[in-house]
Amino acid sequence: MSNTLKLIALGLITLFSAMAINYARDLAYMVHAAIILLVAGGLFLYTLRRTGDPTPAIPQNEYFDSVVRAGVIATAFWGVVGFLVGTFIAFQLAFPQLNFDWLSGFGNFGRLRPLHTSAVIFAFGGNALIATSFYVVQRTSAARLWGGNLGWFVFWGYQLFIVLAATGYLLGATQSKEYAEPEWYVDWWLTIVWVAYLAAFLGTIIKRKEPHIYVANWFYLSFIVTVAMLHVVNNISIPISIWGSRSVQVMSGVQDAMTQWWYGHNAVGFFLTAGFLGMMYYFIPKQAERPVFSYKLSIIHFWALIFIYIWAGPHHLHYTALPDWASTLGMVFSIVLWMPSWGGMINGLMTLSGAWDKLRTDPVIRMMVISVGFYGMSTFEGPMMSIRAVNSLSHYTDWTIGHVHSGALGWNGMITFGALYFLVPVLWKRERLYSLQMVSWHFWLATIGIVLYAASMWVTGIMEGLMWREVDANGFLVNSFADTVAAKFPMYVVRGLGGVLYLTGGLVMVYNLWMTVKRAPAKEASLATTVPAE
Amino acid sequence: MSKAPQKHKGDPETTGHSWDGIEEFNNPLPRWWVWVFYACIVWAIGYSIAYPAWPGVKSATAGLLGWSTRANVQKEIDAVAEANAAINERLVSAELTEIAADPELNSYAVSAGSAVFKTWCAQCHGSGAAGAKGYPNLLDDDWLWGGNIEDIHATISHGVRNEDDGDARYSQMPAFGRDELLAGDEIDQVVNYVMSLSGTPQDAAQVEAGAVVFADNCAACHMDDGTGDRTQGAPNLTDAIWLYGGDFDTLKETVTNSRFGVMPAWGLRLSEDQIRAAAIYVHQLGGGE
Repeated sequence: MSNTLKLIALGLITLFSAMAINYARDLAYMVHAAIILLVAGGLFLYTLRRTGDPTPAIPQNEYFDSVVRAGVIATAFWGVVGFLVGTFIAFQLAFPQLNFDWLSGFGNFGRLRPLHTSAVIFAFGGNALIATSFYVVQRTSAARLWGGNLGWFVFWGYQLFIVLAATGYLLGATQSKEYAEPEWYVDWWLTIVWVAYLAAFLGTIIKRKEPHIYVANWFYLSFIVTVAMLHVVNNISIPISIWGSRSVQVMSGVQDAMTQWWYGHNAVGFFLTAGFLGMMYYFIPKQAERPVFSYKLSIIHFWALIFIYIWAGPHHLHYTALPDWASTLGMVFSIVLWMPSWGGMINGLMTLSGAWDKLRTDPVIRMMVISVGFYGMSTFEGPMMSIRAVNSLSHYTDWTIGHVHSGALGWNGMITFGALYFLVPVLWKRERLYSLQMVSWHFWLATIGIVLYAASMWVTGIMEGLMWREVDANGFLVNSFADTVAAKFPMYVVRGLGGVLYLTGGLVMVYNLWMTVKRAPAKEASLATTVPAE
Repeated sequence: MSKAPQKHKGDPETTGHSWDGIEEFNNPLPRWWVWVFYACIVWAIGYSIAYPAWPGVKSATAGLLGWSTRANVQKEIDAVAEANAAINERLVSAELTEIAADPELNSYAVSAGSAVFKTWCAQCHGSGAAGAKGYPNLLDDDWLWGGNIEDIHATISHGVRNEDDGDARYSQMPAFGRDELLAGDEIDQVVNYVMSLSGTPQDAAQVEAGAVVFADNCAACHMDDGTGDRTQGAPNLTDAIWLYGGDFDTLKETVTNSRFGVMPAWGLRLSEDQIRAAAIYVHQLGGGE
């Protein structure tokens, strides 16, 4: 019965996609319709061939780890893709000749930049969050992931979203909202996938066998719920035609800008902060084998963080058409946010008290510690940059780019690497990682890469901010914009080299994880790994 | 995997729960954390009373300090405008040709003109004014429409070949190839002749025939000797300075399809003192006559 419904639905989608290819008003839409046609058609045939086969029973006494394994692979894959594109566009900025004529129209900086940001935030970060949240919620609830194969729908549905978004950027389908570039039908699809994600996660928490919900799950849940709300509100738009990718935003002018940065800032706050804090709250105590420093702190900083973060968006729009009052509130909430953010850093670092010696012996712990360190630094730098007087210097400069990358490369990247190093031996039932030496190499390559990146961007950012505002004795501007661009050149090269180091570290990690699966000695299965029970 | 956490002597109490082997200490909030958090909140309340912050139904609180971004920037602009008012007045009323002789006024005009140039002109002429293909170099002494201060002032005010200003500099070279005024081999000949005026032609054998084509078709504007005519913006072809390029292919493209470089009429956008300042700035770059 459910197979019949599935076949009807897939058949209709296939048929609709074929019509969409025929009536498509633009290339991106046509390519997307073709991708959906292939996916839906393929699933239709697959389902049809298996009709009548006995359905394999879902083993209720085991954790649903296959989807987590797929998520780990996807995280590593998209990570390398994102770092590679980022490194390339960093060099495109230093050497504009790299915007080759033959790349024009799909591979020039303007097209590749959203590909890079979405690849690292949503493909690398998003897969890391989905995979680790599925792992953590099952382990800390002592229950199998809710919803049967829903986890697979979430995983593959999310990959489809990534492919549609990425190809759309290259072919020019964008609604031009930073970090929310995908067009309307891709937004709709992500909404469906996200609701399924919420259902799987929440369902598991509801059927948990533990009396209390572990703190990591509060953070994951707040991330899933808030991102759903942000995504829906910021993407309210009316398609020009159901046969084309273009749409018109419902809000306009400063209202649209404010909605966009309410979304944009909370993408940082809930996607890259709350979600990754969930990761931190599980993997640091596990890897350190020490209890979390303070339960009280985790409660207070959780509620303070999610209550305050949501108001901080206007600091992206200082000195614009945004009214002064909104700008003040954004700045004030950003400053109050400082301590709630640092609560997570304190809990992460202090969990290691009594296990500091592990920093010497365990490079995975080292990775997690430096990630928390970068988290603390970025969450201090952020409130500082939200102060209007600082922002009048830093806004629109590379300082912002440096700030984002010390957070993204340092905090999100490093904690994800730590989680992957923890997960791969567990998920593939290996005794240990293939090589700790390589983890050490990865640690230093990534750390030096970040230092080169952040330091060069501080220098260019502050330099160009000062050059833009430089006036002579009569009050006339001294520098042209092109002068400031030319002055940044050496630092752009340094930034690119930082990217090369970080990318190299990522490749070392992929090799190490691959060899762990292939070569590291197997671990004998123990009951504790397979049975979701107290 | 549920390895129990390592415990040490003197560890505080835990909350008593364990999730997948993770426990939590019952440590109190760090005092310094609490106090800094409180301090931030107190500061935030004070700041939002001092500055515009809390929205009502129709408007928001204005703040005790009367602070406003728009008023502040207006104040800064007004202060500079007031400080420069007297010398600006002199810049507008002075004879253009006499400004260079007044060191104080000249230095003011150059610094003002430099800012105008870097804001409005650098996009095409380059921030160093060295130009680019299709955009004249303003550092040399080769001028299409004249290089004395009055000519430069007129060019900036009215622009070149735009449709916004009836006094714009205007001229149009015929598209000899596209409009079939010359045959293909005649174009090759005249291009070789033009190349010979300032250097080496691609095919010396065609130069002589090219001279005839030139005399019949080009000399009216570019003059018999090819030195050009500033009254109609016809470039000097003998000085080896090329706006679009002096190689065979580029010249052939120019003769075949002509060129139609446009410059905006800045008089419609900028004030007279800004235009005068820009003219003085360009004039003193090196090529001014």
